[in-house]
Amino acid sequence: MTAALTLRQLCKTYHNGFQALKGIDLDVAEGDFFALLGPNGAGKSTTIGILSTLVNKTSGTVQVFGHDLDRAPGALKRCLGVVPQEFNFNQFEKVFDIVVTQAGYYGIPARVAGERAEQYLTQLGLWDKRHAVSRELSGGMKRRLMIARALMHQPRLLILDEPTAGVDIELRRSMWSFLSELNQQGMSIILTTHYLEEAEQLCRNIAIIDQGRIVERSSMRELLLKLDMDTLLLDLGQTLGEAPLLQGYACQLLDSHTLEVQVPRQRGVTGLFAQLAERHIEVLSLRNKSNRLEELFVSLVQKNLVEDKA
Amino acid sequence: MSAELRCNGVALQTIVRREVRRFTRIWPQTLLPPAITMSLYFIIFGNLIGRQIGDLHGFSYMQFIVPGLIMMAVITNAYSNVVSSFFSSKFQRNIEELLVSPVSPHTIVIGYAIGGVLRGLAVALIVSLLSLFFTHLQVAHLGVTVLVILLTAAIFALGGLINAVFARSFDDVSIIPTFVLTPLTYLGGVFYSISQLPPFWQQVSQINPILHMVNAFRYGILGVSDLNIGLAIAFMLLTLVILYLWCIHLLSSGRGMRS
Repeated sequence: MTAALTLRQLCKTYHNGFQALKGIDLDVAEGDFFALLGPNGAGKSTTIGILSTLVNKTSGTVQVFGHDLDRAPGALKRCLGVVPQEFNFNQFEKVFDIVVTQAGYYGIPARVAGERAEQYLTQLGLWDKRHAVSRELSGGMKRRLMIARALMHQPRLLILDEPTAGVDIELRRSMWSFLSELNQQGMSIILTTHYLEEAEQLCRNIAIIDQGRIVERSSMRELLLKLDMDTLLLDLGQTLGEAPLLQGYACQLLDSHTLEVQVPRQRGVTGLFAQLAERHIEVLSLRNKSNRLEELFVSLVQKNLVEDKA
Repeated sequence: MSAELRCNGVALQTIVRREVRRFTRIWPQTLLPPAITMSLYFIIFGNLIGRQIGDLHGFSYMQFIVPGLIMMAVITNAYSNVVSSFFSSKFQRNIEELLVSPVSPHTIVIGYAIGGVLRGLAVALIVSLLSLFFTHLQVAHLGVTVLVILLTAAIFALGGLINAVFARSFDDVSIIPTFVLTPLTYLGGVFYSISQLPPFWQQVSQINPILHMVNAFRYGILGVSDLNIGLAIAFMLLTLVILYLWCIHLLSSGRGMRS
């Protein structure tokens, strides 16, 4: 199977001397739903900029489905759909015109473009807004318009740079389901996001980039297994004056009804609940203190920072 | 036809259609102002002042200035169409839609240039029709007229594209039209024949490229010229080729658009 994306020793140094990418190697398999995570300024947008040819690389190679960026940029661009972080459509054009025009740039005749526009704008809930001028759309609609536009030439690899930034939770979930559907139909997807829950929900594989280097590359499952401690918040059915002593679990009372418990992965939660039951402590509900991936992400980025300083 | 060529053919149609849609959608800003301005020129210069000037090269003053005024409108509109459209695409970042697509720089340059030429021709048609209210207009050399108007519109459309690539603010977009194009057009023999100037200023005037364009166009319409027409057309062709290659270089390197 051809890799959807292959990066080898990708480097980028901007004119001001800032080294945004320091030799990135990355492979994304065909059909994958891949998360590219990293803190602000880590190099995610530079990487996407190079793929979309809006940023010139300093050195290294880029291949999309075997098409080399230097030797066959046209073929590479036809395989690639990009949804950038910032709105970059004409604010004075109508929704329908924006997507049909984009299709035209890829050589798709007007009749076919019209049919696809109807298909994608309908799927993304924008068909009723097709005659609206784009600047009149809400933030969420603008995000969906950019997704519809990127799909018009039916790319094999779709790259989304923080597609759900500023989008409410209901809309975010409908976008997740739409993207999952695209992936199930065979489209390879690379996602950058600050919502780590989003990456955990959607993506099978993950790379974490920090200070221009890949600091972690594995499957989502393997990565989460590395997390050796979960922090759980238990909502209690009764009032407690002090935290109970639980063997093998560190805990503290956040308020009279909420208990924070550190759960070592090898111990699991069965023993915890057994001890709570022995003490007649009723638990109404439980939740993770923070997203599991978020904890791991923070620890990896901090570790990289310490190593870099050393 | 190869897939690449067919793809660029559709892309070219798309760019041209988008450009025409843009300048027709905002017609009160693009097509109406030249109609009003030129009508005022016809009334004030042609009718009121022109009566006191008398004939030039055997034509009434009104007939003499009509070709120059048409050229003036073509130059201004072809240039400003491309400079404002391309710069606003850069400003709103929707130029990225084109840059991420497989469209070749040749297609982008030709598409924008055709957009500018079409607006230039639309305005030329409007001004020509308006001039018929004031004077009788006939075309002496149709081929020269069409060739010169197309070359002029294309040259200034490409000039507008270059200006837009280098521009970083809306002020940069208006500097060239205000401080270069307008003075050169007014000094380009639109309202006078250079034969009326002292010999020294006749020589100086010939440095002005717009003078050659206006004269060549006037030759096409009236059949009279102060200068060599063949030389003017050769100069325009050379300028067109140089500006085209410059545009391709700027688009290929992504100057001001790619980091």
